[in-house]
Order: sequence, then structure tokens, then C-alpha cells
Amino acid sequence: MKQLAVISGKGGSGKTTLTAAFASLAKNAVLADCDVDAADMPLILKPELLGGEDYFGLPFASINPELCTKCGRCRDLCRYGAISENFVINTYSCEGCAVCTVACPENAISLETRFSGQVVSSKTRFGPMAAGALGIGEDASGKLVALVRKRAQELAEANSRDPVIIDGPPGAGCPVIAAIAGTDLVLLVCEPTVSGIHDLKRVIELTAHFRIPAVVCINKCDINEENCLKIEEFCTESGIPVIGRLPYDDIATKAMLREETVIEYAVREESSKAREFADSIRKIWGQLESRLFEVPVKDRGKNP
Amino acid sequence: MKIAITSGKGGTGKTTVAVNLALSLGEVQLFDCDVEEPNCNLFLGLDLEKVEDVLCPYPLIDSDKCTLCGVCADFCRFNALAALPRKVLVFPSLCHGCGGCRLVCPAEAVQEESKSLGIIEKGMSGNSPDLYRGLLNVGEGMATPIIRALQRHIDPERPAIIDSPPGVACPVLAAVGNADYCVLVTESTPFGFHDFKLALEAVKLTNIPFGVVINRDGLGDSRVEEFCRAEKVPVLLKIPNDRRIARLYSEGVPFVEEMPGWKEKFAGMFEAIKSKVDPGTVKA
Repeated sequence: MKQLAVISGKGGSGKTTLTAAFASLAKNAVLADCDVDAADMPLILKPELLGGEDYFGLPFASINPELCTKCGRCRDLCRYGAISENFVINTYSCEGCAVCTVACPENAISLETRFSGQVVSSKTRFGPMAAGALGIGEDASGKLVALVRKRAQELAEANSRDPVIIDGPPGAGCPVIAAIAGTDLVLLVCEPTVSGIHDLKRVIELTAHFRIPAVVCINKCDINEENCLKIEEFCTESGIPVIGRLPYDDIATKAMLREETVIEYAVREESSKAREFADSIRKIWGQLESRLFEVPVKDRGKNP
Repeated sequence: MKIAITSGKGGTGKTTVAVNLALSLGEVQLFDCDVEEPNCNLFLGLDLEKVEDVLCPYPLIDSDKCTLCGVCADFCRFNALAALPRKVLVFPSLCHGCGGCRLVCPAEAVQEESKSLGIIEKGMSGNSPDLYRGLLNVGEGMATPIIRALQRHIDPERPAIIDSPPGVACPVLAAVGNADYCVLVTESTPFGFHDFKLALEAVKLTNIPFGVVINRDGLGDSRVEEFCRAEKVPVLLKIPNDRRIARLYSEGVPFVEEMPGWKEKFAGMFEAIKSKVDPGTVKA
């Protein structure tokens, strides 16, 4: 089974708009909404819930005040500053390392499971989808992303579907690493702004670090032509193909308001601009499909 | 007074609001806490100097003392140690630096070394706000310790503007948690509205007073504004969906420098925020 991850570094570059569009073009895909902080794909795909499970992140420590003698040993050893003056655990600072539990001479500290979010499986008009929802302020979102991907792979196997398309989170940290680790191809969506270029370079470094083949799509390309050229130059130097360009347009928002993908929107809308927009995305998807399924494994990652 | 700028959804304009607000006020400090992708300085162009390496300890096993008992690996909650028949393997990238392995080792075979998670940089110039930013090393996952280290540089005597990372997870609360006021940036789209409601939940959890900036106003979804009116959430500022602002942003130019009247609007927003924060409760 092949896996494609869509990430961008910078938020608001168009990851979800594109991923949802790919969903309506792919004949046989499973979707994984891995932006677990703020999953937006359901707003367009209107999934029908099949099942859900609770997700438990790192545990947190809890002090039994009846046993605690306030000796302070736990506080001396806690490196996260999670134990207050009056010996109450700040659960947002606690990483669940359990050092305090062994430090306490009175056995007054235990670890408790932390409900940190949910993973749900659902059915959309384009096929099955797995999605995660992280609890507010929770950590270990990388673990949750990994679990969402696991469920998506199971859905793919159970329904004989291929590939898995992953809508990734913004940034370049733990959840992003979890979203791209072990995938076959990463699509980097970027906008031609100074922030977009800066963040693109960071995620290109990240894909190189993990040796995952990457391709780039420039969104909102007509905002700044010079910056587009800079991106293309930089990508050529790094051996990363730029496989598409999309214009700055409110088509994405209009489609979003109608709860449609831009592909569906363009089919119903008699506007040539919308049709061109959709055609550009079709071409990008064609490129992605052929890279996922037609390139021999040994040649992947090489610059053609 | 510390003002945190946050949003659920990425790309709504946190950095735009943080930088333009800072430039409109002049004598302030700006903290770029989006350590995975810090962008503030792209708009300020300051020369940055490193002021701190953010370090995280990880274990080193002294093989002469190690009895291969495996207690350390059993204890580690982060799977950063594996006890093999002839050796204990350490995976520094998984280590959270809790020091538990050292504590539980019966043979005193664990010492600690430090790895760098990222750096803190500072940029200053006479007529620009002072900037501090954190930068997570590529391939490193832990953003929160860098955000905490960054916040230790806040001078409580002067106004501080904190640009937070997107989302609603732990790093966001680390960036926002100690602020006196929180500005939620959103946009008038369905994704913007949905993620705004998530961010609102996160901010309510902190009990910090808050207001809203609507960016790309006029994109077609008026629900954010209707929601704010119904819930009595103050809308501090609206920034229109304007191609010129988008173009300036793409070039790295703060739009208050090019478009007349906006510095006054941002300064007015600051005054409005000041009047909402009780001076007696400003956090040190």
C-alpha cells in the first residue's frame, strides 16, 4: 500500500483544500486527517461516523495528599517544574516520566491515564477516512498522528484500497515528523511569500533528513511571480520537482462554503476560471499518482 | 503587560498581527514562539545573534559499571533505552531528559550528556522592536522546552507581544499560558470559523481575557462575526481581504509601513486591550 503525505510547514497554504480535491479524484483512496489540532477535512467531506476510540497520551502524576509529607524530594527531581509549592501536579507541565513516583519515600504518587483525544473512522462520499482530534492543550500529538495513520492503513487493507492520503499538520515538529515517517511521497504545498519560502526550506530539510521523496506545488502563485521563480530555482537546486502551480483565487473559499471540493465546485459552476483551477489540480494529482505507482522502488528519490 | 497572539488554524495572520502591532507601538519586545517555523524576522530583517542553546540531557551508559539488569529500560516511558543481552542502547532523539534512568540505576552506571533541541536568538536595532525568537532544530520534535526557555527572556517592565504557534496543543498553551491578554486571529472562512472555536476553548481554559482580530475580512463567511456578537466576544480589529496586503506580505513588508492609517488602528487596539486588563493583575 502506498502512502502520500501533504504538508506545508506554513499553515494556510492550502493543504486541506488540495487533499480534499485529491480525495474526489482518487478512485480508491483512504484519507487520514492528521491535522489533529484542528482537523478541517470533515467540513468538506461530511463524514458519516463508523466508530471511534479514545486516545490516551502520556500519563500524568497524581499526589495523594493523605500520604504526602511534603518532604519536597519529588519537586527537587522533577525537571519539568510540574509540582507546585503546595504539592499539586500541574498536568499540563507533567510529562508522565514517573520520576516522582520512584522519588517519593511515602509511595504517595501514582500515574494516571490521561485522556488526550479521539480517533474516529468514518465513511465519506469518496471513501473511508480516519481522523484524530487532540484534546485542548494536550501533548504527544505525534503519537496520535501515528495512531490515525495506523487506522487509515487498516481501513485501506480491509477495503482493498490504495493509496492512503494524509492531510498533515502545519509546522516541522513532532506531529509533522509522525505524519511523514515511512510514507512513499510527500507533497509540499507552498505559497510564494517570504514566510512560505522560509517554511518550505525547513520542510525540505526535514524530508531530506528522513530520506522521503518530495515534490512541490506552488499555491497562490500569482501573488508574487519573483518569489515563484525563487522557489523553482531553489527546488531545482535541491533536486525537488515542482509539479504544479495554482493561482490566488477565492474558488477554494467558495467551494468550502458550499461544503464541496474545488473539483465538485468546478463541475457545477459554469466559470472557466473554476474549470481551469480544477484542471490544474487534476494534472497535479495525475503526477502524484504516476510517481506513487509507476516509479520503480530503486529509482525513487533520484532526480530524473 | 504580555499580549499573546494565537489562532487554531495556521496561516490566519498571527505573525502579521504580531509584527504590525509591535511596529505600531515601537518600544516593545516581540517574542516569536512559533519555534517550528519562526517568521517574524522575515518582516523585521534584524541581525540575529544566538543567546542560548536549549539543551536536553540524555543518558550515557558506562559499560564498565553497567550490569545489564535492564531496570533503566523498563523505567523509561519514552522508549529511549533498550536493554539488549550485551549492551544497553540509547536513542537520544526519543529521550525527554527526565533523568529517571540515572535515578533508578542500581549500579550508578548512568551519566548524562546534553543534546541541543534548538536555539534562542535575539535581534535589536534602535527603531525596531526588540525581537527574541526560538528555532527548533530540524528533525527534533520537542517545541515546548524551547518556548519555555524563550519566555524566560521576557522583561516584565515592558510590553511584550508573543507570536504563538498554530493549533491548540501543549506548545500553544506554553506560549499563551502566562499572558495577560490573548488576541485570537481568525479569517472569515468555514475552516477559519471552525478552528477559531477550538482556539477559543483553549483560551477559555487559561482564564486569560481575550479579543478577536478578523483577518481577510469579507471572504464570504460572516459566522465568526455573528458568533462574536452573540457571545459578546470583542472584535478588536478587522483586516480586509486585500490583494495589496497579500502582496506586501509576500514580499516581507509589514503593511503598516506602507498603508497609511494602520499604525493608528493597531495602536488603538493596544489601548483597547490595555483598558481591558486590570493593572493589578498583570503577571510578572
